[in-house]
Amino acid sequence: MSESELNISSTRVLDSEGKIGGTIPTFARDPAELLRLYRALVLTRVFDTKAVALQRTGRLGTYASSLGQEAVSVGAAAAMEPTDVFVPSYREHGGQLWRGVTLKELFLYWGGDERGNDFAGPREDFPNCIPVGSHLPHAVGIALAFRLRGEQRAAVCLFGDGATSKGDFAEALNMAGIWKVPAIFVINSNGWAISVSRAKQSAASTLAQKAIAAGIPGEQVDGNDVIAVRAVVEHALARARKGLGPSLIEAVTYRLCDHTTADDASRYRDDAEVSRHWPAEPLVRLRNFLISAGHWDKAKEEAVLHDCDSAVERAAAEYLATPPEPVSAIFDSVYAEPPGELLEQRETATVLAQGVA
Amino acid sequence: MSELSLVQAVNAALKRAMDEDSRVLILGEDVGIDGGVFRATDGLLKTFGSQRVLDTPLAEASIAGVSIGLAAQGFRPVAEIQFAGFAYTCIDQIINHASRLRSRTRGRLTCSMVLRSPAGGGIKAVEHHSESPEAMFAHIPGIKVAIPSSPSRAYGLLLSAIRDPDPVVFLEPTRLYRAVREEVADDAVGVPLGRCFMLRPGRDLTILGWGAMIREVLEAADRLAAEKIEAEVIDVATLKPLDSATILGSVARTGRLVIVHEAPLTCGYGAEIAARVCSRAITSLLAPIERVTGYDTMMPYLRSEAYYMPNVAGILAAARRVMAYA
Repeated sequence: MSESELNISSTRVLDSEGKIGGTIPTFARDPAELLRLYRALVLTRVFDTKAVALQRTGRLGTYASSLGQEAVSVGAAAAMEPTDVFVPSYREHGGQLWRGVTLKELFLYWGGDERGNDFAGPREDFPNCIPVGSHLPHAVGIALAFRLRGEQRAAVCLFGDGATSKGDFAEALNMAGIWKVPAIFVINSNGWAISVSRAKQSAASTLAQKAIAAGIPGEQVDGNDVIAVRAVVEHALARARKGLGPSLIEAVTYRLCDHTTADDASRYRDDAEVSRHWPAEPLVRLRNFLISAGHWDKAKEEAVLHDCDSAVERAAAEYLATPPEPVSAIFDSVYAEPPGELLEQRETATVLAQGVA
Repeated sequence: MSELSLVQAVNAALKRAMDEDSRVLILGEDVGIDGGVFRATDGLLKTFGSQRVLDTPLAEASIAGVSIGLAAQGFRPVAEIQFAGFAYTCIDQIINHASRLRSRTRGRLTCSMVLRSPAGGGIKAVEHHSESPEAMFAHIPGIKVAIPSSPSRAYGLLLSAIRDPDPVVFLEPTRLYRAVREEVADDAVGVPLGRCFMLRPGRDLTILGWGAMIREVLEAADRLAAEKIEAEVIDVATLKPLDSATILGSVARTGRLVIVHEAPLTCGYGAEIAARVCSRAITSLLAPIERVTGYDTMMPYLRSEAYYMPNVAGILAAARRVMAYA
């Protein structure tokens, strides 16, 4: 079989101008659902903007923006049931917010406070995974737990194109395929792994085709089309819930931002390339569709923006007003019961911290 | 009560743990139909079925990683890595995830899992099959590390490891798997983690070790007794958390310490014990601490293995040096 015969399908509902270019899925016939998705994309962008601003002014740690890729995690999360488990990498703020992680928790986390991972909402969702791709096996384990207990739940795991080069990716897809576990793997295929372009990451013409070797379905979706992403993930989830096993979905998008606030993408890619991708970004696309369908106007747009702005500002203020944890916190959850040697170190640290805090 | 070898005691503990707690699962390479290459999981597939004893594909990192996902979901996975020399690809999962899931979610998600692996040399095995990586694991915050030295302690420590709410690396001395048999009561009674075991009292010096080396340590103590030198023998058993009190108490009585381990000298776990004794009991010491360990070489392939392994003669020489020190 030559690569051209692999027959990897690619799904798109809205073209880059927001015109219908594919079959409209059922959920997208409900204007309220579309507005909910649009608000989630806007909220993610407002959060990203604020987070970058806070980092630039020394009030947040290094931050990974999701600019331009918001539809990937929002679409995937929107396809999930609340009882499913989300297993993100570190660029899935939109999906986390959809799942019920709060803006304050996200600010706390990126501000360097582990309490931001103690989600009050989705208690079983995994925290961000910083070592690239090492969370894919966790998704397999979570999905295996569901299968062993006979539950109709699934794990949805997101990661970047760079992660598909890792052994964890190959191992996880392989195991998930053998055990037919309800795990959906979604690639945020944004074209860049810091400075390494997609072309230098893999000689494969699509990343979705890597599913074929694991014996599981693989497909592409327009990652800037939130309707298509949600539809494709919903379909994969329905399949998984029937016991038919995992899927790999490559959501093709573009990283309009730097890798993180510690990165300067102008060192390795042309502004012209970035500019070329701006017209296809996900927010404008859905907004154009909403306008053409008669669901949207300037007043509604301003209301959503104002609503998201005030929610983000309120959360940022709450985060900034939250004092750091006491020194004991770094010791107290290392083990269920801190052993004696750790208690001794806690005593030392507590005394020394009096000069620090 | 029945006489069990160490590997049979491991098998009995696994079976007992699976009997008492339906959350306990076994996974690893060849653990199912083959019962494990050392038969540690023999019969478990037949008894508990393929939903609880899972043969995995050959992917060590993911055996650890899948266990983390299962543990976060409330299962109690016991993962087998076929030989400790193949556990190195798991270290990413152990360091970056298993050890810190509790801490980085402030207790929301936890990781009660056991990573079992045969470890150590002296079995004339293929390359990479005779490693002693305990110090690497003991260096990781959030992990517990236990190494049994007898069938009964293997049974009890493994039960405690499986019942523990945190991740435990459990290294089984391959050389002892079938070397000794003893009466082991399959009574579901765990041996507590985090405690050293005094195997023999003695007033003149303390010799401590763990795992397979305990055999040589006990033999050396016997020989010393014939020379009217009474060695106190301690099986460290759990390297992390370390029961410093038992060791310090012994050194306070004897004033002399010999540490024995099979792993290389430099940054071996003996260095940690020596440092603790020096910082807390230096005034008790009547002689410099001696370490009898493997060398800072590769673990040799089988024809040269005996050159490397610490032996009774080496322990006796160290014991005589600490006794002779004025």
